[in-house]
Amino acid sequence: MDSLANTVQEVFDEPACAKNQVKTAKERKKGCTQALQPGAAAGGCAFDGAKIALSPITDVAHLVHGPIACEGNSWDNRGAKSSGPLLYRTGFTTDINETDVVFGGEKRLFRALKEIIAKYDPPAVFVYQTCVTALIGDDIEALCKAASAKLGKPIIPVNAPGFVGSKNLGNKLAGEALLEYVIGTQEPEYTTPYDINIIGEYNLAGELWQVKPLLAELGIRVLSCLSGDARYREVASAHRARAAMMVCSKAMINVARKMEERYGIPFFEGSFYGLSDMSEALREIARLLVSRGAQPDLLGRTEALVAREEARAWARLAEYRPRLQGKRVLLITGGVKSWSVVAALQEMGIEIVGTSVKKSTKEDKERIKKIMGDEAHMIEDMTPREMYKLLKDARADIMLSGGRSQFVALKARVPWLDINQERHHAYAGYDGMVALVREIDKALFNPIWAQVRRSAPWDMEAVS
Amino acid sequence: MNAPAVVSKACAVNPLKMSQPLGAALAFLGIDNAMPVFHGSQGCTAFGLVLFVRHFRESIPLQTTAMNEVTTILGGGENIEKALLNIHKRAKPSFIGIASTGLTETKGDDVMGDLRRITSAHPELDMPIVYVSTPDYKGAFQDGWAKAVTAIVESLASPLATIAGQVTILPGCHMTPGDITELCEIVADFGLKAIVLPDLSRSLDGHIPDDFTPTSLGGTTRPEIARIGASQATIAIGEQMRPAADALTAKTGVPAKIFDTLTGLAAADDFFSYLSTLSGRPVPEKYRRQRNQLVDAMLDAHFFFGGKRIAIGAEPDLLWALGAWLKDMGCTLTALVSTTESPVLARFAGEGACIGDLEDLEGQAHDCDLLITHSHGRQAAARLGIPFLRMGLPVFDRLGEAHRVIVGYRGTRNLVFEIGNIFLANDHEPQPDGEACAGVCHPHHSTSEA
Repeated sequence: MDSLANTVQEVFDEPACAKNQVKTAKERKKGCTQALQPGAAAGGCAFDGAKIALSPITDVAHLVHGPIACEGNSWDNRGAKSSGPLLYRTGFTTDINETDVVFGGEKRLFRALKEIIAKYDPPAVFVYQTCVTALIGDDIEALCKAASAKLGKPIIPVNAPGFVGSKNLGNKLAGEALLEYVIGTQEPEYTTPYDINIIGEYNLAGELWQVKPLLAELGIRVLSCLSGDARYREVASAHRARAAMMVCSKAMINVARKMEERYGIPFFEGSFYGLSDMSEALREIARLLVSRGAQPDLLGRTEALVAREEARAWARLAEYRPRLQGKRVLLITGGVKSWSVVAALQEMGIEIVGTSVKKSTKEDKERIKKIMGDEAHMIEDMTPREMYKLLKDARADIMLSGGRSQFVALKARVPWLDINQERHHAYAGYDGMVALVREIDKALFNPIWAQVRRSAPWDMEAVS
Repeated sequence: MNAPAVVSKACAVNPLKMSQPLGAALAFLGIDNAMPVFHGSQGCTAFGLVLFVRHFRESIPLQTTAMNEVTTILGGGENIEKALLNIHKRAKPSFIGIASTGLTETKGDDVMGDLRRITSAHPELDMPIVYVSTPDYKGAFQDGWAKAVTAIVESLASPLATIAGQVTILPGCHMTPGDITELCEIVADFGLKAIVLPDLSRSLDGHIPDDFTPTSLGGTTRPEIARIGASQATIAIGEQMRPAADALTAKTGVPAKIFDTLTGLAAADDFFSYLSTLSGRPVPEKYRRQRNQLVDAMLDAHFFFGGKRIAIGAEPDLLWALGAWLKDMGCTLTALVSTTESPVLARFAGEGACIGDLEDLEGQAHDCDLLITHSHGRQAAARLGIPFLRMGLPVFDRLGEAHRVIVGYRGTRNLVFEIGNIFLANDHEPQPDGEACAGVCHPHHSTSEA
């Protein structure tokens, strides 16, 4: 537990975190997780966050050491896509019972590892610690080390039991596991001056595949994506990239920063959402690569590609603009999407009646202010009841949010679109932006809205 | 009674099972204006919430005591207190159900003691607060549901003078809101008035409330729960409900009748005969007609059911309802996997029913004509290339699961047609060499994940 406490403290102390930069040393030590309110909390736990961050590694076995709840209640519930191996979608858990709780679960864990390797022969196994097994003192770090030596496979302990904190902390602890046990343990077959890492991109709904072809066209290779559609080998050899892009601003900043420190890989924070952000990301990747020895013509080639893709996207978006002009959107998301999607929608003439900034950094908020002109539309924390009222009063035409709040909109008979992890459509890159706008258009103009808002005939009679 | 075989391995692969607190939460969600709470880490709640949201496509009220490392070690009483006060302030529920989790059970919190202290210190917490112990590392979803209903009965039922014609129905967690609605309609047609506990047909049947509601959208009301001691009889559906029914009898003296299934001709006959005796009324014409239709459906469909090999992964009572009925339709039960101990599993000893996971099911199902389990079976079905029927919970990649009805004559008739149509759609085409083409080459295959 001591080593875990140290790691948590170190993660809280992250110097590259924008929120940390404005805190005193004492405040930093207290940690960045908002105190969870019993009876009023809603988010996932650290284990959830760690699993989210690592489970997109497609060819390894992800073994959850704990009672059935942690895996049994949650597996196969995210849309991270694979271009090949499917082992990551198999749910493995030690499903510990009462006897294990009394006598310890380490023996079961070891046997489980043996079974997995015998049956599935993955290149590595990730072992996730959970609350109960942490509480009874199962030392997964020591066990994974011993099992690794005995079974001849990398076995990676991911020490992020749920009760240490939030999902976001879990993302970072997962990153620590990669830094400690995976990155730098293998060498790529070859390297090029055009190798990059993408950090914090999970290939949800296949979004990475909307970006990769553009990079490929520029001759840029994604050496390693952490962790969307990744293979273990790619992650293990990520330390040879020339530059990195950090996609989800708060999720794995510790990984980006430490890889810069250890391996000299410069990184920037960017987004694939929205046309201008996508273009900016491509330009930044090119700039960083050229600064590290890529041929300078990459810059010009990137500009040409950006110009072509933007023109193509605008041409496709043009038909929607007159239909969407003046429509009002309520945007409930967080972090990067709170500004990158705002900019993109404004480009379509859509009015943003509010965007949530609960999960956004100070920097995110600055950008929103810049994009929207003022702070008036930033929503720090909106209860579902307030959301419902806003929608019911027809102060927005559509809500964009994650799956859990969808029924707030639907029960108010207002269109809704999923822009979080369970979405079925990919919204990254130029094509993704067109897809997002098309989905908004489809949702807004579906003929059901007029029907479902009609009162029943007998209720109408009562009124007249 | 023979204990069911438990597959001996250290690692569960592709879990069939979900944990007890989830079952308890669902039971609490069948109480009107309720807020279930998990006493555990906030992640326990988040996972449960996402799972139910995906299955029911509804908002799910479910809160947490948000335990962390420190509060776990020091004891969770203070967190329970904060949680109850916060929930009361924000959501104003008229019922709160608390389920423990693996985390707080490992520590060994004395929740009952905490609750006595909290409620005497805060008289404003005047709603019933029911606690149920549901460690994640014991039992399964079905057990959590059953224990929660038992806890409600034990803390809220009391003996009363009998109200003629009132019956209490204790449905198992394998019954959908649609099943419960069907059951209530049947019971009402015998002139009986049913109180259903818990009643998902009024909370998770998919309807639109008039205003924003942070708690369950309906369910068994407090006055109804207060009256269950006055029922003429208790009708429990599923072996899982026996302890709750017994507890209710012990507490109130109301006699209980347990039906282990309501699916199939014989099971439905038993049920309708019972209602007829209980009410002193003949079976209404409507149901005589439905029985007749079911018999006709069985005649039409038996050609396609006979000899079919079936693999089922389900919690014990759903496994029993489906397995026993499919056997009665002439199918062979090739692979039966369940989640937790139950007397019904021993009745399938001949079929080799075991407690295990979807890997065990997949391993025995390769030459089956149909795989039945919850949505997590989609990967196995795709790999096996056999038809797949999603049943149980969660079903997150199909619409309308809450309205599936498999009870009574009409429900069974639905199921005859639904499964019969799957067999028809996947029937092997005769080939010129005399060999029937295996399922994989058939164009109308229903195994895809999409």
